[in-house]
Amino acid sequence: MTYLAKPRLHHPSLPHNALGYTRRDYEGRISTLCAGCGHDSISAAIIQACWELDIEPHRVAKLSGIGCSSKTPDYFLGNSHGFNTVHGRMPSVLTGANLANRALLYLGVSGDGDSASIGLGQFAHVMRRGVNMVYILENNGVYGLTKGQFSATADKGSASKKGVANADSPIDTASLALLMGATFVARSFSGDKGQLVPMIKAAIGHQGAAFIDVVSPCLAFNNHPGSTKSYDYVRDHNEAVNFLDIIEGRPEITTDYAAGTSVDVVQHDGTIIRLRKAAADYDATDKVSAMNYIQKHHALGEVVTGLLYIDNQSTDIHANLNTVATPLNALTEKELCPGSAALAKLNASLR
Amino acid sequence: MHTTDIKNPDYFHKVVDCQWACPAHTPVPEYIRMIAAGRYADAYMVNWYSNVFPGILGRTCDRPCEPACRRGRVEEDNLEKPEPVAICRLKRVAADHKGDISARLPKIETVKNGKRIACIGGGPASLTVARDLVPLGYQLTIFDQDPKAGGFMRTQVPRFRLPEEVIDEEVGYILDLDVEFIGGRRIDSLKAILAEGYDAVFIGCGAPRGRDLEIPGRQEAAGQIHIGIDWLSSVSFGHIEKVGKRVIVLGGGNTAMDCCRSARRLGGDDVKVIVRSGFEEMKASPWEKEDAQHEGIPIINCHVPKSFTHENGKLTGMMFEKVHAKYDDNGRRTLVPTGEPDIFFGCDEVLIAVGQENSFPWIERDVGLEFDKWGLPVLNETSLQSTIPQVFFGGDAAFGPKNIIWAVAHGHEAAISIDQFLNGESLDTRPAPHLNLISQKMGIHEWSYDNDISNESRNIVPWAAAEKTLKSIKIEVELGFDAQTALKETQRCLNCDVQTVFKAPLCIECDGCVDICPMDCITFTENGEEAELRTRLTAPALVASQDLYVADGLRTGRVMVKDEDVCLHCGLCAERCPTGAWDMQKFLLDMAHAEPARRLTNSRRNAA
Ligand SMILES: Cc1cc2nc3c(=O)[nH]c(=O)nc-3n(C[C@H](O)[C@H](O)[C@H](O)COP(=O)(O)OP(=O)(O)OC[C@H]3O[C@@H](n4cnc5c(N)ncnc54)[C@H](O)[C@@H]3O)c2cc1C
Ligand SMILES: Cc1ncc(C[n+]2csc(CCOP(=O)(O)OP(=O)(O)O)c2C)c(N)n1
Ligand code: SF4
Ligand code: SF4
Ligand code: SF4
Ligand SMILES: [Mg+2]
Repeated sequence: MTYLAKPRLHHPSLPHNALGYTRRDYEGRISTLCAGCGHDSISAAIIQACWELDIEPHRVAKLSGIGCSSKTPDYFLGNSHGFNTVHGRMPSVLTGANLANRALLYLGVSGDGDSASIGLGQFAHVMRRGVNMVYILENNGVYGLTKGQFSATADKGSASKKGVANADSPIDTASLALLMGATFVARSFSGDKGQLVPMIKAAIGHQGAAFIDVVSPCLAFNNHPGSTKSYDYVRDHNEAVNFLDIIEGRPEITTDYAAGTSVDVVQHDGTIIRLRKAAADYDATDKVSAMNYIQKHHALGEVVTGLLYIDNQSTDIHANLNTVATPLNALTEKELCPGSAALAKLNASLR
Repeated sequence: MHTTDIKNPDYFHKVVDCQWACPAHTPVPEYIRMIAAGRYADAYMVNWYSNVFPGILGRTCDRPCEPACRRGRVEEDNLEKPEPVAICRLKRVAADHKGDISARLPKIETVKNGKRIACIGGGPASLTVARDLVPLGYQLTIFDQDPKAGGFMRTQVPRFRLPEEVIDEEVGYILDLDVEFIGGRRIDSLKAILAEGYDAVFIGCGAPRGRDLEIPGRQEAAGQIHIGIDWLSSVSFGHIEKVGKRVIVLGGGNTAMDCCRSARRLGGDDVKVIVRSGFEEMKASPWEKEDAQHEGIPIINCHVPKSFTHENGKLTGMMFEKVHAKYDDNGRRTLVPTGEPDIFFGCDEVLIAVGQENSFPWIERDVGLEFDKWGLPVLNETSLQSTIPQVFFGGDAAFGPKNIIWAVAHGHEAAISIDQFLNGESLDTRPAPHLNLISQKMGIHEWSYDNDISNESRNIVPWAAAEKTLKSIKIEVELGFDAQTALKETQRCLNCDVQTVFKAPLCIECDGCVDICPMDCITFTENGEEAELRTRLTAPALVASQDLYVADGLRTGRVMVKDEDVCLHCGLCAERCPTGAWDMQKFLLDMAHAEPARRLTNSRRNAA
C-alpha cells in the first residue's frame, strides 16, 4: 500500500508488444492492499500474461465479487471493462455478460471466501455450464477484508494467527471445479510467476470454463507458522506436477526433452501448451486419476500445483445452447423480430 | 557474484552519479534539497566547503556531474528530450539567493602555527590551498604576476559569462581569512623562492601559454593575428576594446568559443569559428557551442588552415583545405583531404585558439625538480608532491589544462598533503571521507525526503535580450533561475543519495518490491557470473558501469539483485515491503579536507 501514484517513468528498454503497448500500459490504479499481499503478485502476473498475448484492453471484461481479492481488478488492466459485483455473485453476472456478448475475454476474479463460502453455489454452476472464462481464485484461507476469519478453504487443523486450530473440513476448489465439469483446472502460487504467468496465458487460450486456484498468502492474517497458506508453508510443500510453456503460432523447438517427459496440448486458438512433466506418472488429461492424485497428496499435506486437468475437446455454454455466432447484444431488431410470417411458421411447427 | 559490500564507501558513492563524477565530490542532492526548502544559505555553504567557488562555478563549471546525472538516463524513452538536472545552474541559485553568509565563514585564526607557505599563482588551485590551510594557523603568501587574485577565472573567462563582482566576492572570502596576496609580482626563480625558507611551496601557475600556428603568412601579417588567451586577457584588462569587422577564430575548444563571442561584442559583425575536426568532435562543451551559434556565429568544421593571405603586411584572409574524418580499426582519427580546391575566407583579424600548454620558464632545470617528456612535473598523483619534497603542484600546472573544479579538487588534496608533510605524517594514507547513512523513515508512508517523482523536462535558464548583451562585453548573458523555476528544477532531482538498503534476513520473498518498482530494478533469481546475470534480470542491466547490488541469505537460496542504473529512489520498494527488508537511507559523504574544514563539515552534518 502506498499513497504515491506509481511514477509513469519506466525502464528505458521496456519492450512494446505487437499492439505497441508496454507492460506498464496494462497496469491499473495503485493497489491499496497490504504490503506483501500475494494478491498483488497475481495482478502483476495477469498484467504480464495479457501484455505477452497482445490482448487489446478494450476486449477484456474483469468481474469480481467482494473481498481483498475481488478489489484487485482495479489494480490491473485499467483500460478494460470492469464489474465489481455482489459478494459471491460474480459467476452469475459473468454468465449473463458472457451470454450477452460472447466476443469479450472474461476474467473472473474471486477469493476463497467469495467463492467457497457465500458463493459456493454460484461457483458450482458456472463450472457446470462451461462458461467461457478465466476464473482466478486468490486463495488465502481467510476472509482478508473482514480481518482474517477462517474461510472454507482453510485446512483442518491449521492455526489462526492467535493459534486457534480450525475444526472444519476444507473445500478444495480445484477438486470441486473438476467434479463440476470445468475443462481447464490448475493450481499455482502467487510467489511463483514463472509457473503462474504461462498458466494464465494457457487459461486465456482455453475454450470453456478455465479455473486457476492460486494460493496467495495474506500477509496480515495468515502468514504465520501453523498456517498452510503462508509463503514458507507453500514453498516447503509445493509439489508441481508439471511446468508449462506456451508456444504461439508455429511450434519452434527450443529445448529437447527426453522422450516421455513432455507433452504438447494444442488449444482451440492454435497455441500449444507444452507440459514438462515433474511427476512422471501424472496425466493431465485423465480426470479421474487427477482427482485421485490431488486428494492423495493433499492428505500428505502437500500443495499440488501445475496444470491439473485439461480437456482439449472442450465446448462452452454457447455451443451447448446453440446460440448464433454473432454476440447477442449485436443482434438488431431485424434479427430479433423476424415478422409475423416467421412467427406463423414457428407456431405451425409446434402444432 | 559476491554479496555487495555496502560498507565500502565507494559503493553508495557511485550510486550518487553526480557526486561521484564531481572532482571535488560535492554532495549535490543534499544541496538541491536545501534549495527546494528555500535554505539557500545552507545550500551555498555545502557548496562552499566542497568546491570553494559556488557563485563562479554556478556560472562556469565544466559540469562533469551533468552528463553523469541519472535523470538523463531515466528520461530516455519517457520524455521527449532526455536531460540531466540543471545541477550547475541550481548551484548559482544558491549563490544568487543566499543573502549575507559572512557569519558562517571561518573566523580569522589568530594563533599562527609558525609555518609559512608560498603559493605561486593566484588561481583557484592556490586559493583553495589557502582556504583550507589558513584556518589551521598556517601563514600563506600568494604571488601572482597579475594585480588581482583569481587567475584565469579573472583574466580569461569573459565578463559576459562571469561578472567581476562574483569573482571579487568569492576570492575575497578567502583573502579575508588573513591570506597575504602579493599581486603584480612575477616569480622568476624557484631557487629564489626556496631560498626564502618557506616550509612548503605550492605551484599553481596554470598552463599559461597559448599554442601558435606556424603556417605561411603568420609572420608577415602578425599585426592582425593574435593568440587567443593573450587576446582574452588583454580584453579582460581593458587593453583591447575593439576588433575588426570580419574575424576568424581558429579552434574548437572553449577558448575558441570565448574568443568568438567576445569578438562579437567588440565590433565583429562577421565572426566565424573555423575548426579542423568535425562538429561533434570539437572539444568545446555542447552548451558553449550552442551559445555561440545562438549569437549568430557560424561554426565551419573540417577545414584545415593552410596559410594567412596578406597585402602590404596587412592580413586579407585565410586559405583552408577541406578534409573529412577517417577512422582506422583502433578508432584513431585521421583527417583526409577531400580533394576539393582550397577555400578562401576573407577577414580583418584572426584569433588562434588551438590549444594551451604548460610552460615553466621560471623553474630552473637544475633545481632538483624532475619533469617528464611532455614537460610536466613528475608528481605523486594523489598527494601531488613533486620530486622536491616540500614542493607541491595543483591545477592546470599539475597535469595540463583542465578546469576550475579540478583545480579546486587538487587544491584540497595538496592542502591535506602539505598539512601531513608539515606534521611529519605519511602522505600515503589519505584521510577517509566522512560518511553517514541514516534511515529516512518517518512513518508508514512518510519519509524525510520528498519521494514523489516529477515528470518535468529540464527548465531553460533565461537570457538577457541579445540586442543588449551583444552591445557590451560586460553584460551577463544568463540571468539565472528565479526562485519558482529553481523549485521546479529541484524536483527533477531523484535524490540518488537516498539509498535503497536491503536486509536479506528480513525478506520473505513476496515479490512486492519487484512488482511495484516502476523501473524494473529488482530481481530475485539464481546467482551467476555477472555478465550472464545481467542478461536475465527483470530488465536487462545494460549499463555495465552501473553496479549490481547483490545480496544472498534468502530462504529459497536465490539472491536479490538490484540494478542501480535507473533506480528513481522513489522508495516504493520500501513502502511495499511488508517486513522492512528495504529501507531508504540517506548516504551523506563529505570528502576529508585539511582540518578544520573537516570540523566545520562535521558540525553541519548534525542537521542531516
Ligand atoms: C578562455 C578560457 C576560458 C575558460 N573557461 C572556463 C570555464 O568556463 N570553466 C572552467 O571550469 N574552466 C575554464 N577555463 C579553464 C580554467 O580557467 C583553468 O583550468 C583554471 O583557472 C586553472 O586554475 P589554476 O589555479 O591551475 O591556474 P590559473 O587560473 O591559470 O591561475 C594561474 C595564475 O598564475 C599566474 N602565474 C603563472 N606563472 C606565474 C609566475 N611565474 N609568477 C607569478 N604568477 C604566475 C597566472 O598569471 C595566473 O593568474 C578556461 C580557460 C580559458 C583559457
Ligand atoms: C453479503 C455479504 N456478506 C458478507 C460480507 C462481508 N465480507 C466482505 S469480504 C468477505 C470475505 C472475503 O473473503 P475472500 O473472498 O476470501 O477475500 P479476501 O479478502 O480474503 O481476498 C466478507 C465475508 C459482504 N460484504 N457481503
Ligand atoms: S538526479 Fe539528482 S541526485 Fe541523481 S544524479 Fe541527478 S542530480 Fe544527482
Ligand atoms: S526506489 Fe525502489 S521502487 Fe523506486 S525505482 Fe528504486 S528500486 Fe524501484
Ligand atoms: S517486498 Fe520486502 S519481503 Fe517482499 S520480496 Fe521485496 S524485500 Fe522481500
Ligand atoms: Mg480470502
